[in-house]
Amino acid sequence: MESGLAIIGRRGVNFITKLGGIFVLFGRFVISLKDIHRSVGLIFEQLYVLGVRSLPVIVIIAVFVGAVSAWQAAYQFKFIGAPLRYLGQAVGKAVVIELAPVLSAIVLAGRVGAGITAELGTMKVTEQIDALETMGINPVRYLVMPRVLACVFMVPFLVIFANFVAIMGGLVVSIIGVDVSSETFLNGFRHSFQLGDLINGLIKAAVFGLCIGVVGCYEGFNTRGGAQGVGLATTNAVVLSTVLILIFNFVFAVLLFRI
Amino acid sequence: MNEPFIRIRRLKKRFERLEVLTGVDIDIEKGESIVVIGQSGCGKSVLLKHLVRLLEPDEGQVVFDGRDIRELSGSALIAMRQRVGMVFQSAALFDSLTVAENVGLGLKESRRYGTRRIGETVAEKLDLVGLSRVDEKRPAELSGGMRKRVGLARALACDPEVLLYDEPTTGLDPITADMINDLIVDLSQKLNVTSIAVTHDMVSAYKIADRIVMLYEGRVRFDGSPDEIRTVDDPVVRQFITGSAAGPIRSG
Repeated sequence: MESGLAIIGRRGVNFITKLGGIFVLFGRFVISLKDIHRSVGLIFEQLYVLGVRSLPVIVIIAVFVGAVSAWQAAYQFKFIGAPLRYLGQAVGKAVVIELAPVLSAIVLAGRVGAGITAELGTMKVTEQIDALETMGINPVRYLVMPRVLACVFMVPFLVIFANFVAIMGGLVVSIIGVDVSSETFLNGFRHSFQLGDLINGLIKAAVFGLCIGVVGCYEGFNTRGGAQGVGLATTNAVVLSTVLILIFNFVFAVLLFRI
Repeated sequence: MNEPFIRIRRLKKRFERLEVLTGVDIDIEKGESIVVIGQSGCGKSVLLKHLVRLLEPDEGQVVFDGRDIRELSGSALIAMRQRVGMVFQSAALFDSLTVAENVGLGLKESRRYGTRRIGETVAEKLDLVGLSRVDEKRPAELSGGMRKRVGLARALACDPEVLLYDEPTTGLDPITADMINDLIVDLSQKLNVTSIAVTHDMVSAYKIADRIVMLYEGRVRFDGSPDEIRTVDDPVVRQFITGSAAGPIRSG
């Protein structure tokens, strides 16, 4: 019977081994970029599959994120007696700096990251990845590079959409539910808007995209067994990429927003 | 004495606590048709994967045309792999591609030929395995036998010198299995390729083998011609080839 300490130790070693494996795959991805010209078609395919097809879910998430932000901000303003002319500012800052990048990335970890792992995991257990290797095709160049690049470019792209839709969602709630005019809301937003916030949010989004892509591919490539193995790998990919997104988000907050 | 085309020496492989190969020695000459037999789980497929370095040995070596394949990397490894075609047990066709795209993928990615030449080669290889009018179908639309044939056409696309077959007849009805066996024999003769098949199907082994190698407990237990194996006294080999439940081999 294994002791509790031994279980913790074994899991710790497994986690560190996994992180090492993810770094190795990231290194192989970087090396594969030298052959990027051979994968242009595959990259555009993934930009469409992973990015454009995620647009509807991002729009739905963003509408409600913006709406609830406006509602909650108005409630808190009322509670502390703050003037509602700052509502646009509060919603804008919260959405552009934190809510749109982080929530979009977490949703995409579920949709895109899980999809990547399930696809590559199935290819792994049905020997399709072995078949690529025997044909002299580098699986990292053929499978990983297009997916990771698509994530790195499409997550910021989707966050730009999410920013816009969330602000609109907040605006609609402000007009209908809080009785703040569109002019007051948008003036507050314009007054506080800084391009640096938007750029920082997009840089974060690109890093989150990198996490989603690399973790998704790593878990897919390391899938074992059959359908159960694919399910387990998919769950692991979503959990690990979500945790990494939250950790990196904290690191960015400390680095970019000095108190 | 000439160096064999493929030389496997003292090959050992374990997965965690499970010792699969415990020291396999096999020499394979150019143009030979070898069948490796053995119980399920005895390491036949593991052995096959070592020949194209899909797996790395713990000990021992695989020498391909005079070069230890562990020393190959980058373009040298790709070049070696392109001299070998592999037919997988489940065919391992790419679900997202059509039959024609599956067969032509290796050629397209090697950038050896243009689009027109690839199309011609795909049609030629599909014809060679007896398939027509399936180019635009997806793997999910094909029967088990057709999938194996497409897998074979894909393995043939780059004109390999060696063909590896992993359980070529598993999961097929006896008639389709016999057609696949005929195809393997026919291709070996027509194309003069070196064939290495792993199977536990003795009908298939007798039909396609010049030489049969039996693995047992991670080592070579028998290495000889189909005629020799039929008359061998070894109780382990006899039990396996007769498919008897009674004998020294216990179910894996």
